[in-house]
Amino acid sequence: MMAYIARRILYAIPILIGVNILTFLLFFVVNSPDDMARMNLGLKRVTPEAVENWKRERGYHLPLLYNSSAKGLARVTDTIFFQKSVKLFQFDFGSSDSGRDIGYDISQRMWPSLAIALPVLLVGLLINISYALLIAFFRATYIDFWSVVLCVVMMSISGLFYIIGGQYLVSKLLHLVPISGYDTGIDAIKFLILPVIIGVIGGVGSGTRWYRTLFLEEINKDYVRTARAKGLSEKRVLFRHVLKNAMIPILTGVVVVLPLLFMGSLITESFFGIPGLGSYTIDAIDSQDFAIVRSMVFLGSVLYILGLLLTDISYTLVDPRVRLS
Amino acid sequence: MIAQLVVLWTDALIFLLLFLALAFGIYASRKPHLRRPWGMVVGSRVGMGTLVVLLFYLVVGLLDSVHFHPWAQSSDGSGEKIPSTEVISLFDSLVSELRARQEKTYSAPLATHLYAKEIIELADGSTIRDFPRLRYAGAHLSDPEQSGADILRLSALGILKGVAVSLVSANVLIMLLAVAARSNFGEQARRVLQNRTEVPWRVVLVVLSMMLVLIFWSAELASRYHLLGTDKVGEDVFYQALKSIRTGLVIGTLTTLVMLPAAILLGIMAGYFRGWVDDIIQYIYTTLNSIPGVLLIAAAILMLQIYMSNHEEEFNSLVERADLRLLFLCIILGVTSWTGLCRLLRGESMKLREVDYVQAATAFGVSHLRIIGRHILPNVLHIVLIAVVLDFSGLVLAEAVLSYVNIGVDPTMNSWGNMINSARLEMAREPIVWWSLAAAMLFMFILVLAANLFSDVVRDAFDPRLGGSR
Repeated sequence: MMAYIARRILYAIPILIGVNILTFLLFFVVNSPDDMARMNLGLKRVTPEAVENWKRERGYHLPLLYNSSAKGLARVTDTIFFQKSVKLFQFDFGSSDSGRDIGYDISQRMWPSLAIALPVLLVGLLINISYALLIAFFRATYIDFWSVVLCVVMMSISGLFYIIGGQYLVSKLLHLVPISGYDTGIDAIKFLILPVIIGVIGGVGSGTRWYRTLFLEEINKDYVRTARAKGLSEKRVLFRHVLKNAMIPILTGVVVVLPLLFMGSLITESFFGIPGLGSYTIDAIDSQDFAIVRSMVFLGSVLYILGLLLTDISYTLVDPRVRLS
Repeated sequence: MIAQLVVLWTDALIFLLLFLALAFGIYASRKPHLRRPWGMVVGSRVGMGTLVVLLFYLVVGLLDSVHFHPWAQSSDGSGEKIPSTEVISLFDSLVSELRARQEKTYSAPLATHLYAKEIIELADGSTIRDFPRLRYAGAHLSDPEQSGADILRLSALGILKGVAVSLVSANVLIMLLAVAARSNFGEQARRVLQNRTEVPWRVVLVVLSMMLVLIFWSAELASRYHLLGTDKVGEDVFYQALKSIRTGLVIGTLTTLVMLPAAILLGIMAGYFRGWVDDIIQYIYTTLNSIPGVLLIAAAILMLQIYMSNHEEEFNSLVERADLRLLFLCIILGVTSWTGLCRLLRGESMKLREVDYVQAATAFGVSHLRIIGRHILPNVLHIVLIAVVLDFSGLVLAEAVLSYVNIGVDPTMNSWGNMINSARLEMAREPIVWWSLAAAMLFMFILVLAANLFSDVVRDAFDPRLGGSR
């Protein structure tokens, strides 16, 4: 087990290097540091010295990939790519183009993101699974048919509509909770409740339909027929046998997204003015702050790979048939 | 009317896609094993009903994909006709009235007055603050109070026309069916109405007449009023929503078109050759997959924006520039979404290469290329088809979200995402302006719902696990 995990972590390194090369190419080759400096300092009438200064302050004055003026190994290491990548691997994100410490910002903004994403995941899971079980119990009846119709209709509505409609109805017409904003401590609840509810509603359609398929697949298996044949009640069959076995794909599907919860939701956070990582990323995109976007890309990839690893481990924990090798 | 054709990149690709789809249709109709699942799609009531709705969207989208320079009067006053510099589409020229009738600012759906008070000068020279009359909507009425009755009259007229046209088309359809089935008209009509036909023509007729009535009704009203109001600069919202259809279709279809070659080639190669080829391809798609999709799109679009602002001289017109951005968005969306299909194809070809007939072909010394082309590719096509159909609705919804974050299509391009984006400020107004948002949501909802239902039917028909038992 430990050997497997160690191997997987080693395997992650070339992937992260690949991610780095790709984002680097995207950011620096199409758009040279000179362009970035000019854009940040205002497009017109910038002296070459100012550009040089801006680049030196942020470490962009080195050549991109290959330093021909340096000697030996420094030809590769004295470049923007090497300098920036190595720092990312040490989780030292440096400072943003506007001069703020990215690492500090991330550690601050992670918690509001989590405060929305985690309840949305847990409440959504509970509601979707219960609803899907209900449908599976009433399978091939009108309840089943109309529930599936409802799910498809809900899936077809844009997530933006739930947010805009919910904000308008709950905050503007009924004045139940503030439209947007955030507070620390216990006061945060009144800001969080609406985004969480909307997040859950937005996911009901696809989630319930997916779990229903999983349950129906299990219900048609032989062991369920055996369980019925020995006279177990339908309730017992559903909860003790079907639910338990369907939990394997459900659980592993949840585990893979767990690390990514830290990243938050771009749209929800910017609509509700929550100072999380999602709105951080959007602000960075809007102000074209590449240092932040690059850090977030790296962070996202690390968390994704972590999610894959956790999924494999959780498989062995819940399904004794799976052995890691 | 057409002075000079303009072929934009996405236009060319859309018609290429249409051509490919038709070619595939002809190919499939000759192969019994492919005709059977399609027969199930065509025989399904949901499938045919949604197909009719999708076809209406498709027609608008295709009409909107033929671009050209129209004729214009030359400016030297000689009255000579020269090609205009603006680029419009066939659809634009069909609804030129909608496009031309621009008001000053917001007006509510079917309203006769502006939505904001202005200072109006009366005939006797005094001024008052009131809602001014609209320039075009309801301009034929001497007394705007009568607009209610006028709208009812136009609605009745439009519905009547729609019913008449749908009756005619129903009769023509039944006649054609009767000729094809070599029975007489009455017999065929009875079979269609009692739903005893192989293809559920009754559903087709019902949906078709509903759409026709809706179209004639809206055309009648839109010719005199602003059916869905006007936006901030006074443009007709109904027109915007119709124009957005093309953007949605392009994103939904071209994205999969541009990702298909890579996904098919790499997926099959990884599964068929195994070994180091498999390792490299797996490495590529794991790397791409581990970058958060939105961030990759954001980064790529940011780069494109900067490139475009630095190289403005390379683009002839705003339309071309917006079009290239749309194409680029499709490509980058494709890059982020091909990995799932690639993985599926890899798994399937891994299974297929162990099958007896592939083993036999290998033993006979058939080349790899031929084995892939003759044995593997035809057997994974159903996976490709299901993936293409299933991805469509998700991509249409994704466009709206991306445009909201300003990393979607060009702001000058008509798209539902841009309409929703502008509605953000309108919702905060007092009293609120709801119609832009409602129009975009309605048009998008109908398209996505139809696509979702249709893709379910296609998946059920093609999924071998269901074995055609349903």
